[in-house]
Amino acid sequence: MSASAEKLSVQVAPPPVELERQPLVLNKRSLAWISDHIAGIAEGKTPTWWWPAFLISASVMLMMFTMIAYLISTGVGVWGLNQPAAWAWDITNFVFWIGIGHAGTLISAILFLLRQKWRTSINRSAEAMTLFAVVCAGTFPVVHVGRIWFALYPGYLIPFPNSNVIWPQFRSPLLWDVFAVSTYGTVSLLFWYTGLVPDLATMRDRAKTKIRKFLYGFFALGWTGSNRHWSNYEKAYLLLAGLSTPLVLSVHSVVSFDFAVSVVPGWHTTIFPPYFVAGAIFSGFGMVLSLLIPLRTLCHLEDVITTRHVELMCKVILATGSMVGYAYGMEFFIAWYGGNPYELYAFKNRAFGPYWWAYWSMITCNVISPHLFWSKKIRTNMLLVWIIAGFVNVGMWFERFVIIVTSIHRDYLPSSWGYFRPTYVDVLTFVGSFGLFCTLFLLFMRFLPVIAIAEVKGVTPQADPHHPLGGAGGHH
Amino acid sequence: MSAPVSTPMPFAVIAEFHTPADVMHAAEQVRDAGYRRWDVHTPYPVHGLDAAMGLKNSMVGWFTFLGGVTGFSTGMLMIWYMNGFDYRIVVGGKPLFSPMFPFPVSYELTILFASFATLFGMLFLNRLPKLYHPILKSRRFTSGATHDKFFIVIETADPKYSASETRKLLEAAGSKHIEIVED
Repeated sequence: MSASAEKLSVQVAPPPVELERQPLVLNKRSLAWISDHIAGIAEGKTPTWWWPAFLISASVMLMMFTMIAYLISTGVGVWGLNQPAAWAWDITNFVFWIGIGHAGTLISAILFLLRQKWRTSINRSAEAMTLFAVVCAGTFPVVHVGRIWFALYPGYLIPFPNSNVIWPQFRSPLLWDVFAVSTYGTVSLLFWYTGLVPDLATMRDRAKTKIRKFLYGFFALGWTGSNRHWSNYEKAYLLLAGLSTPLVLSVHSVVSFDFAVSVVPGWHTTIFPPYFVAGAIFSGFGMVLSLLIPLRTLCHLEDVITTRHVELMCKVILATGSMVGYAYGMEFFIAWYGGNPYELYAFKNRAFGPYWWAYWSMITCNVISPHLFWSKKIRTNMLLVWIIAGFVNVGMWFERFVIIVTSIHRDYLPSSWGYFRPTYVDVLTFVGSFGLFCTLFLLFMRFLPVIAIAEVKGVTPQADPHHPLGGAGGHH
Repeated sequence: MSAPVSTPMPFAVIAEFHTPADVMHAAEQVRDAGYRRWDVHTPYPVHGLDAAMGLKNSMVGWFTFLGGVTGFSTGMLMIWYMNGFDYRIVVGGKPLFSPMFPFPVSYELTILFASFATLFGMLFLNRLPKLYHPILKSRRFTSGATHDKFFIVIETADPKYSASETRKLLEAAGSKHIEIVED
């Protein structure tokens, strides 16, 4: 090129170093590396750490089943529930687990609509986490009645015709909750499965044994990666994301209606729906980090779930944690400003009454600990992030406990005041639900690709036909 | 069933490409040559390939819409029937039916039915599940199409198909490997 032509042509300088984004897949990994590495986790020899982890989780899960069997065979008296705190431990666990699920849907649906490409490395495992959290959550409302066979028939949960010709009462938020949570579980499963289909085809094509070939092949539905299929598939995926977004916002809003629609001081507040949704996302990201930080180290996924991914999740925790902190403050302000003495008493009692320890544990974990994430040093230190994520989980369990128990343990008349204490059955059932959760997650990571292979391929630079790399290259 | 002894019919010609850019340019040429029964197989959705193949916007949205409408009406009708018609209970002196209290449940059912319709609509449009497909017999195809290779498949049933011309077109488009898949 001559000197004059060079002058005329537009010179585009590369962006300054500080503005350059870290790539989503590090070390310029090739497309082949992505499927080999991720599918390899489910194909290779069972890692040595997996068996002890699985045995411990499965034993803890069995403990939960034992406790439930004891509850059903004996009666709900084995739990600590009684008047005035007739709602306490089980519903706390239900709200806790349902909240955990929300991060999965936020990552898979809302971040997809917002074109946050970093979601591709974490959406599969986060959606799996959502499903397993909904399973754990669903256990509690079903078993809390003691005689669980009444949950389905004669239908106090699901509207079935029964011998008394009575239908459920649809003005009750508890029934809205049945529909919200069951829709949430079902749609999360559909969304997760839709995302899995192309990866199941990858697993099918790589399978060495007949049984694996058959099972992956069966669930892959005959996917061949056809672009005529991709065209419909991508539209369907976008629509499912669009449907899941209002769904996830409605689920925890409806859960909060269980409380907010009542007239109990401490529950009857209009801030509940947004406050519950923010809290749910906050707790869910805590759980995502608690799972993914060990996973990325144990399965050597540092090139796909990079430090940047972890940092971004920390920032979501920081944002939603600040919203939760604001809601705590606003609740107190309105309790005072609203001029209702019962409301004000409920809040004073929350912070300085007999459950002060639960309230201040919640404040420490949920209001103080997320603000450590302002520091980049902390956000990039995996061990610290993991510990703080643990605090978030603990804090959010306490939040539900505080809201539920402190609001009802003192009724209007001092004669109906009480102090709720969980029994060992309560505690072990809750601990056992973590066993159920971890068992399901461990099985998931052994049999299915933990990362959306096709989606991660799509965000690498060589996947873009217009990229200067021309589609070629990458290190294996 | 006795299988007739005959030579298997060729089903399609498949051409392998190594980069998304190559397969996209080749797809443009196949489109411009006027083929109808052909497809591009890629390990992930390649953006811009729909236009390169001349595909129209997907119809899945109609299924979603109809599913949503069905879900909302089902919710409203169910609740009207149960609480406002079949077994009337007056709660707090409020009307037996209004569009307000059934809304949360109908809203959830809108999403539930729309999601099912989206998934099944997508599968219907793609004619899936399909447990047998001739191209899955090609080892070259299965080890690449869901891994890191890109394929153009032109069926022999295409009216424009000709054993020599089609192969020439794909070779000129830069394919690295061409083979015939039998039915």
